[in-house]
Amino acid sequence: MIDREEAWASLMRSGLAGDQAAYQTLLRALAPALRASVRRRLAGMGQPLEECEDIVQETLLAIHLKRHTWRTSDPFGPWLFTVARNKLIDHVRKRGRRIEIPIEDFADILPAAEERPGADSAEVDRHLAQLPAKQRAILKTVAVDGASVGDAARQHGMTPGAVRVALHRGFASLAARLRTEE
Amino acid sequence: MRTDDLIRGLAADDKRETSPGWAVALLLPAGLAVAVLLFSLMLRIRPDFLPMLATPWLPLKFAVTLSLAVAALLVVSRLVRPGVRSGPVAIGFLVPCGVLALGIAAVLGLTPPETWMPGLVGHYARYCVVFVPLMGAPILAALLLAMRKGAPTRPGLAGACAGLAAGGLGAALYAFHCTDDSPLFVLTWYGIGIAALTAAGALIGRRVLAW
Repeated sequence: MIDREEAWASLMRSGLAGDQAAYQTLLRALAPALRASVRRRLAGMGQPLEECEDIVQETLLAIHLKRHTWRTSDPFGPWLFTVARNKLIDHVRKRGRRIEIPIEDFADILPAAEERPGADSAEVDRHLAQLPAKQRAILKTVAVDGASVGDAARQHGMTPGAVRVALHRGFASLAARLRTEE
Repeated sequence: MRTDDLIRGLAADDKRETSPGWAVALLLPAGLAVAVLLFSLMLRIRPDFLPMLATPWLPLKFAVTLSLAVAALLVVSRLVRPGVRSGPVAIGFLVPCGVLALGIAAVLGLTPPETWMPGLVGHYARYCVVFVPLMGAPILAALLLAMRKGAPTRPGLAGACAGLAAGGLGAALYAFHCTDDSPLFVLTWYGIGIAALTAAGALIGRRVLAW
């Protein structure tokens, strides 16, 4: 368990230093771990499991948008578990249900992570549809079509800098919508 | 959107936010500058500032308010980072409390009882409860703005601590003007002003610091 957190911490350090491949590896490793944990929590609370992927994606967004609040000298586990716990509580609370989850529950996420790389989040799609057209188009080109920032810039007739800004703003407003609405 | 696609998109987004610590370091001086400007427009430094600095009472006001601000800022710097315990640094609040308790003990021990109430009531209590929050308001705004870069798991508490820090700094600024020097006055009226900012910080924080 500690080894895994060490590996994640080292990937996050590389990611924060600008290594996009390491960062993507980290997120891909975190997704199944989060998914397994969220499913367990939802089942334990008697909540519908189909919301699992919504929560996983919300958590990944929060990890991404708040990654600068992790200090590279701090242990990675407590930071990750706190973010994940917060997002799960937010999600359930948004629906008017009160819950209490001890932080320890998140420390034992996994070990048997199931892999569902094709999983979809209907909620994210719904909010995505309400983003400004340019942000939505850039998000789709980069995330869904897998284009590089440079390719997306050529495709949309924008500078790479403007694409970066639109991409970042798109994720930030997506997270804000997921947090506040409904 | 599929989770795999989301991850690909997130990995391509290499824009990083400023860390909350840096944001505070940048914005706090700006908030202070606005507060000093407000002071210079509405108030003036008390005429007997220098001679009073040689007594224990004026330095005591600065010691209480500034140590409160430092203690609150230390807690804030931890509350904005997930997974970091802030309990241990909250012990710093004992410093302003201890200094003020010492001052009050000195008043009660060394001055005649008939001077206690006049000292507590003071001359300008109404100004104090208005100007302490007013001086602190731009500082609170700057702090909350900076803390939005962070990720406080308890936004209300983080906002309240920002209010305490802003209240401490606002009160220190007002102390340049205020001629009511009894620690009993400081406890009561500065206390009310700082409490008002703390409540405002908690209420606003719950709204603007959620992430």
